[in-house]
Amino acid sequence: MKKTTENGPKKNSRRDFLRKGLMAGAGIMATGGLVEAYLDPAQAASGETMKVLTPGGEIMEVDKARLRYPRVSIKESKKGIPGRKFVMVIDLARCKNARACVEACQHGHHLPKDQEFMKVYLLQETEHTAPYWFPKPFYHCDNPLCVSVCPVGATYKRTDGIVLIDNERCIGCKFCITGCPYSTRVFAWRHYEEFNEDAFPYSPEASSPAVEGTVSKCDFCPDLIRVGKLPYCVSACPMGVIYFGDLDEDVVTNGSETFQFSQLIRDRAGYRYLEVLGTRPSVYYLPPVERQFPVDRGLDDLDEDVRARYDNTPHVKKQKR
Amino acid sequence: MANGSQSSLLREFAPQIERTSIVQTLWILLLVGIIGLGFYALYIQISQGHIVTGMRDNVVWGIYIVNFIFFMGISYAGALISGTLHLFRAEWRKPIIRIAEFMTIIALLIGPCYILLCIGRLDRLYYLVIHGRIQSPITWDVIAISTDIFGCLIFLYLAILRDIAAIRDFQSLRIPSWKRKLYSFLALGYTGTPEQQKRLHKATDIMAAMVIAIAVIVYSVLAWIFSVTLQPGWHSTIFGPYFVIAAVFSGCGVMIVVMWLFRKIYHLEKFITRKHFVNVGVLMLILSALFGYFTFSDYLTKWYGSEKNDELLIRLLFDEYYWLFILSNYIGVLMPMIVVGIPKLRTISNITISAIVVILALWVNRYLIVVPTLESPYLPIQDARPAWVFYNATWVEWALTAAGIAFFALLMTIGSKFIPIVNVSEMEDKPVPEEELLA
Repeated sequence: MKKTTENGPKKNSRRDFLRKGLMAGAGIMATGGLVEAYLDPAQAASGETMKVLTPGGEIMEVDKARLRYPRVSIKESKKGIPGRKFVMVIDLARCKNARACVEACQHGHHLPKDQEFMKVYLLQETEHTAPYWFPKPFYHCDNPLCVSVCPVGATYKRTDGIVLIDNERCIGCKFCITGCPYSTRVFAWRHYEEFNEDAFPYSPEASSPAVEGTVSKCDFCPDLIRVGKLPYCVSACPMGVIYFGDLDEDVVTNGSETFQFSQLIRDRAGYRYLEVLGTRPSVYYLPPVERQFPVDRGLDDLDEDVRARYDNTPHVKKQKR
Repeated sequence: MANGSQSSLLREFAPQIERTSIVQTLWILLLVGIIGLGFYALYIQISQGHIVTGMRDNVVWGIYIVNFIFFMGISYAGALISGTLHLFRAEWRKPIIRIAEFMTIIALLIGPCYILLCIGRLDRLYYLVIHGRIQSPITWDVIAISTDIFGCLIFLYLAILRDIAAIRDFQSLRIPSWKRKLYSFLALGYTGTPEQQKRLHKATDIMAAMVIAIAVIVYSVLAWIFSVTLQPGWHSTIFGPYFVIAAVFSGCGVMIVVMWLFRKIYHLEKFITRKHFVNVGVLMLILSALFGYFTFSDYLTKWYGSEKNDELLIRLLFDEYYWLFILSNYIGVLMPMIVVGIPKLRTISNITISAIVVILALWVNRYLIVVPTLESPYLPIQDARPAWVFYNATWVEWALTAAGIAFFALLMTIGSKFIPIVNVSEMEDKPVPEEELLA
């Protein structure tokens, strides 16, 4: 509980400064020692460099992988990006449980191993239907029960469809966790070392640094969207399973392929999980037809503790028999 | 009212107020010790985080919430019993009504503490007020519980006022002068003039009615915290009345056990007789039938036309939780029916034993409402960490549970040393004539 109290005027002024930096344009770097503030210390250097322009007019060379972007303030994070309505499409036919999405997300949000914003389930509707891998982010529902039940307004729905949590407001009552029928929210049951790795000021758009005793979850990475990047999970997936885009522009992309959203949903019979509950999620699924991989491929090359997760699924049990 | 007639009955209770025996001192020390252990557990929980509890991302609410429902239920039962018996002018209530009043307020002070134990950031508790949103059932609960505490405190105060005045006027009572001053201050100058009596009577009547209504609302709001969610085991329209009935049922059990204890400890055999046990026992019997009916309705509809997740929940209840389910929903219902229903079995000790079973059964009933539901969410829990899959309360949670019970016992003990546990003033009132009762 120590980390949260450092919300003094000093922090706010730094946040203001960073916001001004953002206004000056993405990728523009501050000079001298301040350059460090824009570089992620947790990120290993990739060796690949890029040139950026500092506000002082100097051109500097920084490591590409370590480059980070300024974050918006808590107040700003409540507004939403104007003219946007974000949507995600997950193609179940392509998923082979490579878990790159999970790891990239954990890395990007400075999460410990115990906490996953993205979870991959091995689902099977009935005994006689086919099992399939089911990546589950947060659904950013248009009728979010989590937002309704929050007693302090710590979780909120934005104009761009994203649901965020302000962990400086959250009292940790966990009502939103029980309110969510999709088990998407995680609680910080203790302080983790990983929370310290993030040197940047807190913003709900980054969901980082996380704080003990509060709730967090997948945020659709609006901090990355603001600088024209795709969410961590989307760009990390080697199979291009996850598409991200804008409902109003009617377009989704996984980074290499781009589709008209409405046509993709129509052609591939896209659906939303548990539509019957009336929560109206912003995440759509494409059914696992004409699959690129046999489902068992997803059980290969897993860490023992991850592999053990699926031991109790009907599919794995059947195999063992 | 003449002092002489009052003190005759008050004299019987004077020893409790005048001194504390060694046994009582040891008892109080024991309770304080248990509460101290609870505070140590609380310190561990605050310093190391909620990781020291058995709660995890799936089962985010554990026995703290169960205790919360349990204590609030006792409080509600006390309010309903004392409120209705007062309004109906039931003559037999007089020796036991103070116990019901004490139960109401003491359980009400302890219950909400358990919800605080579930909160990850206690340092931000005041956000509930400064950032409160009326759309959230938790805000309804905050409003309802604070109203309830306020109402019950007034009700209790009105109910003990005459006895406080009687103690003040009881000159031969050997108590330190600061205590006498305290009684004199708390008596608010009540001397028993006809005007004062009339006012007090009217105010008590109003508060008795209010307390019943508030308690129904508080307990329904508590049920709605669960039933407004989409969780398969909770999303039920029956929960409001079901919780209210379960509350009074469990409270009757606690009432009987507390009656038995005070009767033994303070030798109140003259005042609290078999009749009282049978009467509260009959109330418990009626409530067990209602509770059984609600429980049956709830699970029958879940089981008969079962959705997939209802089916999973029912399977979990009859598989992992089989014996707990049998205890809470079969034995807990049938035991009071048999013991109180068959006149031959209606002895004080039998009724008390069945009351203990009812208390245990109802605690387990709340556990079975909270925990298995969270263990069977829509998306199956796929986790390799056992603690994340099944909930097991840790010593920290049990220590704080014990501390709550100890605190209940401690306040009951202290309360009974401050004010006679039998309402002395009312006992000496003449029975209300029947014509007046009907008017």
